[in-house]
Amino acid sequence: GIKVRKDKTQLTVSVKRFVKKLENISDDEAQEILEEKNYVAALGICAQDPTGNGSSVSGGEVYSFQTPKRSSKMAELASELAQTPGQSVAPDHSECPEKTAKTPQTSSNFLWAEIAWKYNLILLSARQKAVLRSYMFLLLMLVFSLLLQSRKKEFVSTTPYRLRRRIAAPDPYLESESEYSASCSEEEDEEDQKEISTVLSGRKTPAKTKAASTPPPRNALVKKIKEDKMSNLVEEYFEAHSSSKVLTSDRTLQKLRKRRLNQQTLHDLLRKAPLAYAAEIKELNQQHESLFSKWMLQLHLGFNIVLYGLGSKRDLLEKFRTSVLQSSVHLVVNGYFPSITVRSILNSITEEVLEHIGTFRSPLDQLEFIIKRFKEDSSLELYVLIHNLDSQMLRGERSQQILAQLSSLPSIYIIASIDHINAPLMWDQAKLSLYNWLWYETTTFSPYVEETSYENSLLVQQSGSLALSSLMHVLRSLTLNARGIFRLLAQYQLDNKDNPSYPGLSFQDFYQQCREAFLVNSDLTLRAQLTEFRDHKLIRTKRGADGVEYLLIPVDDSTLTDFLEKEDEDV
Amino acid sequence: MSKGCFVFKPSPKKRRVSYRTVSDFGERKDDSEDTELRFVTCQSLWNQIKSETEQIQEDLNKQLFDNLVNFLRRSHSEFQEKTTEWTHRMKYREIPTAALVLGVNVTDHNLTFRSLSEVLQNNVTPYVALLEAKDCPGIKNLMQKLMGQLMNCCIDVDSLEDEDYVQVSQNRIRCSMTSLVNWYDNVTKKTDSETPRKKRTSSPRHWQSPPVVVIFKDMESFTTKVLQDFIVISSQHIRELPLVLIFGIATSPMIIHSLLPHSVSSLLCIELFQSLSCKEHLSTIIDKLILTAQFPFKLGEKVLQVLINIFLYHDFSVQNFIKGFQLCIVEHFYSQPLSVLCCQLVDAKKRVNSLSHDQCENIRRLPSFRRYVESQISEKQIALLTADSFLKETIQKLLEDLYVYHENYLSVLRCLHVFTSSLPKYPLGKQIRELHCACLENRVWETEEYESSLQLARMLNKSDLVTMLQQCVEIFVSSSGKEFDETVEKLKEFLTQFQKLEEAFQERDVSVSSQKELQKKTDLYHLQKTLLELKESRRSKKLTKFEMLRFEVVDYIDSLVRNYLVPADHKTLHEIIYFNTASVLREHLNAAPRIALHTALNNPYSYLKNQALKSDGGSISNKAPDVCIAYKLHLECGRLINLVDWLEAFSTVVMAADKPNADEASSDQVDDIIHARFIRAVSELELLGFIKPSKQKTDHVARLTWGGC
Repeated sequence: GIKVRKDKTQLTVSVKRFVKKLENISDDEAQEILEEKNYVAALGICAQDPTGNGSSVSGGEVYSFQTPKRSSKMAELASELAQTPGQSVAPDHSECPEKTAKTPQTSSNFLWAEIAWKYNLILLSARQKAVLRSYMFLLLMLVFSLLLQSRKKEFVSTTPYRLRRRIAAPDPYLESESEYSASCSEEEDEEDQKEISTVLSGRKTPAKTKAASTPPPRNALVKKIKEDKMSNLVEEYFEAHSSSKVLTSDRTLQKLRKRRLNQQTLHDLLRKAPLAYAAEIKELNQQHESLFSKWMLQLHLGFNIVLYGLGSKRDLLEKFRTSVLQSSVHLVVNGYFPSITVRSILNSITEEVLEHIGTFRSPLDQLEFIIKRFKEDSSLELYVLIHNLDSQMLRGERSQQILAQLSSLPSIYIIASIDHINAPLMWDQAKLSLYNWLWYETTTFSPYVEETSYENSLLVQQSGSLALSSLMHVLRSLTLNARGIFRLLAQYQLDNKDNPSYPGLSFQDFYQQCREAFLVNSDLTLRAQLTEFRDHKLIRTKRGADGVEYLLIPVDDSTLTDFLEKEDEDV
Repeated sequence: MSKGCFVFKPSPKKRRVSYRTVSDFGERKDDSEDTELRFVTCQSLWNQIKSETEQIQEDLNKQLFDNLVNFLRRSHSEFQEKTTEWTHRMKYREIPTAALVLGVNVTDHNLTFRSLSEVLQNNVTPYVALLEAKDCPGIKNLMQKLMGQLMNCCIDVDSLEDEDYVQVSQNRIRCSMTSLVNWYDNVTKKTDSETPRKKRTSSPRHWQSPPVVVIFKDMESFTTKVLQDFIVISSQHIRELPLVLIFGIATSPMIIHSLLPHSVSSLLCIELFQSLSCKEHLSTIIDKLILTAQFPFKLGEKVLQVLINIFLYHDFSVQNFIKGFQLCIVEHFYSQPLSVLCCQLVDAKKRVNSLSHDQCENIRRLPSFRRYVESQISEKQIALLTADSFLKETIQKLLEDLYVYHENYLSVLRCLHVFTSSLPKYPLGKQIRELHCACLENRVWETEEYESSLQLARMLNKSDLVTMLQQCVEIFVSSSGKEFDETVEKLKEFLTQFQKLEEAFQERDVSVSSQKELQKKTDLYHLQKTLLELKESRRSKKLTKFEMLRFEVVDYIDSLVRNYLVPADHKTLHEIIYFNTASVLREHLNAAPRIALHTALNNPYSYLKNQALKSDGGSISNKAPDVCIAYKLHLECGRLINLVDWLEAFSTVVMAADKPNADEASSDQVDDIIHARFIRAVSELELLGFIKPSKQKTDHVARLTWGGC
């Protein structure tokens, strides 16, 4: 452990010195290198899992743990994506001439950098002393192979495919104007090294590495490496979460000159934007629609159907409803609706389908009643379409249990859609067997228009409008003086919006200001007023370090600005 | 909108009386006919299989239930006789308890409990209550549930005489043990007084004072407090109420002691019952459903493998296995128009005659049938391809062949299993299902495992060999195949030869005596010489009679295997009765939603077949759908993502993609549109669970998945 860490820091200070040191080691134990070859071969094979097509993706490939990354990565990737229209994103000599021009280093510098980078990666994964040695030799093999390649002027690398795919631009100093607020500087040097990475590996490499690494792996070795890989993941996870500081730029949306969009303009704008690949999406949908009769059949045979895959499945289900279910009783549940509950589902079954008048003490009683009714009357049939079974409101254990029990009734047919990546986690074996799902992949690529249209699901620009309207609503019911008091506080808060350590307005100062504006005549009236604000959650108080009470409006600045503007209009 | 649920009711006259499932079956153009017949066949087949599985389940549980019933009888026999011994014993307030270890396949338990309570109600006591942990978060709910169930079930027995009593029950009566005891007294007294009349009406299957059985379905998931309270309380009343508890346990009996402290568990008098393990259950199911000629429908190798893998690696649930089997049947009959012939041979022959021309064409299109045609002489080929009537005759013959093949296959398979299941290390698998899969997959005699198992079989000792041969003879005799008379003869002959060997055993002793001579010689040189000679002779020596016979037996078995264990897909017309599309099964039963999402986001080309999206490796082009681009960009970030940076990166990419269309004049509007598209993409990613809003920093979102890729 400790030794490795030392080595790592050394390495980041001076790459070349370290490599020399490694060469010394190699003199001593050169004969073992051949044995270690296997590791290289096995590594190559291990890392070459094809990620592209669905069925063959291994779990680790899909979402492995996070490695600390620089925040400018995204911009780099973006520029790269922009530069290579319609083609591969992989960096390429011929297609990115300006990149190679920007880097002043010679090719041998590149070589060392790559060695260092690879060593870094290997070291990251080999924290344990025992494993270290074998990785040393792995590195040596890489060094030799790279030297060989550089002579041949041909860039065939034995880098694992996955590692090579970490795209990075060669210019870490080309920085955007953003300033960084937090930093984990000791990690950063290392990151820089990584940046100067894979430009070397040319376009031909994927095919060549595949050919090069065909020797059959020994099972034991592969196993060992897999174990290592596992422990790497664990290490990487804790590395990513070890420091509470996260390095991101401080820019906020407010500094953008663009104003926030509200729901309506957003809709209008999106309507203007043409839907990409409409023809292909239509074709996909048609494929799914051909399954309708099969779904009906399977529903009737006691299965329930769950749809998954990217894209809104709302239209598909709607089409299913209109084309097949027109002549039977059915219930549509919009799971994405923010205030949906199981109770409301059960209520609509009892009240509207079963036409029962009366209330129930608990959902369980209600469920029992429904089960009884459906068992008694075999002519009753009900189709239940649930959009987003995995929504916030329905994903709870109890609601799922109730829905599962509903679905297990032979004359209730459920067809549902799920979208969240972790949706299957809400079902244990017992619920799964109640649901008796048949899974259908219906990737539609259609935009989630309805599902994301509710306020709380649109995190970005929307958060203001509801808060604003409620603010206006509450304030309109208050006296003129009270509104003045609130205005004062809002104004003060806006004046201080550039001060990141603004604690709020202290009560004494506030009282002073209010008095000057003839809004209150004693601190008691002000306190009474503030209590009212607090009850409506318009303000928040907190005690500072000196025991003074500070007042804050828990609304973001832009909303506050909007509010003041609106108020000015009113007055 | 203020509602999330909408009920749609068709107008009454439009409402169909009952939905006709058949119409779903044939909405595809290519098989307009026979759909009804196919559906009916499918349904009847499934119903047969279903009742068969239920029968199997019942048979398997019989032993267990018998034991349980006996236990219940014993546990309160003293109570009935109202002897002093009972009170003596109950001084310790022990509640008789049966711990029922059922195994981890929780999903199958429901069925077991249902049939258990049925058995109990029929044979022992009308008072059975089934409790589940999810209904009993507190002792109050438990009591409520318990009393509700008990008082309902007593209505069944006492018929409708005391309806007023029913109305009082449940909610009105305070849920306490005392009221339960009172109720029990009432009920038993009533039956006591009514006995003379009742004797005639109701069978004497219940005793005078039947015990009250409380079943805890899932003991592990009950709150300990609830369980403890219930046990302590009821132990106070055990003298008045003959209570028996049954714990359903999924893990191990130790759980009782870890859930309940000693003071509580000492109130129980526990007896352990073990149910059949789910693996044995599965073996029986496979034996009765798949390795039988009773059902015309067969599973292909891959499909069977998928089903078994789901069982072994996911849930151990026999229920799910049967569900998968059902799906196979439905899928087969739905997708294969020729499955109309997948029925008993007699019916199939009839149906062949009434096949339409289209169906004949379907048959001609079958790969296995084409192979068959190619192997025929040219005149016959023409006849097969042009004349429907000739084709039908041939089909009838082929179907019969297939039928015979199955019967023979099964017997030989069992016979081979007798041999392979006793070999060390089980090169061909321990279970017959493994052997079955191996045989279906390809020619089993070409595999290495078969080779090695033959080698091992050549080293079996005599007594084993004889018992195996006897078993084989039994199998062949009991099998319905007609071709095995000869085989049985042959095997019996082997047996008699072994018998003779035994008699000839003394003769062999003589040859050993020659070796004994050499021990007398003391000369070293001579000794060496004779030893060498002996070694030489042994090497060249002919095998003993026993060894020769053993070779013969193994060779004979080998010839049987080569004759009869041909993989099914080498047989003509196997498509009609074998279901082999494992991918469908895997997709529907064992889906991987995360991988589907990942693929769609990473490589949209695999869904949207547009050349602009085509790319190599794991990368995507900048023309990809917005959500893919946003996803790709967010992968480059750490735990927190700055929205402004993200937006900027996004618009860079999108602008580059749109470059040709961008006008200077409308750039502002374009900007807005991109902005809106970004919002949409981000909120879609939030819905999919990749990010969530974060309060750590303004205008940041937190990432919920880990880097990679």
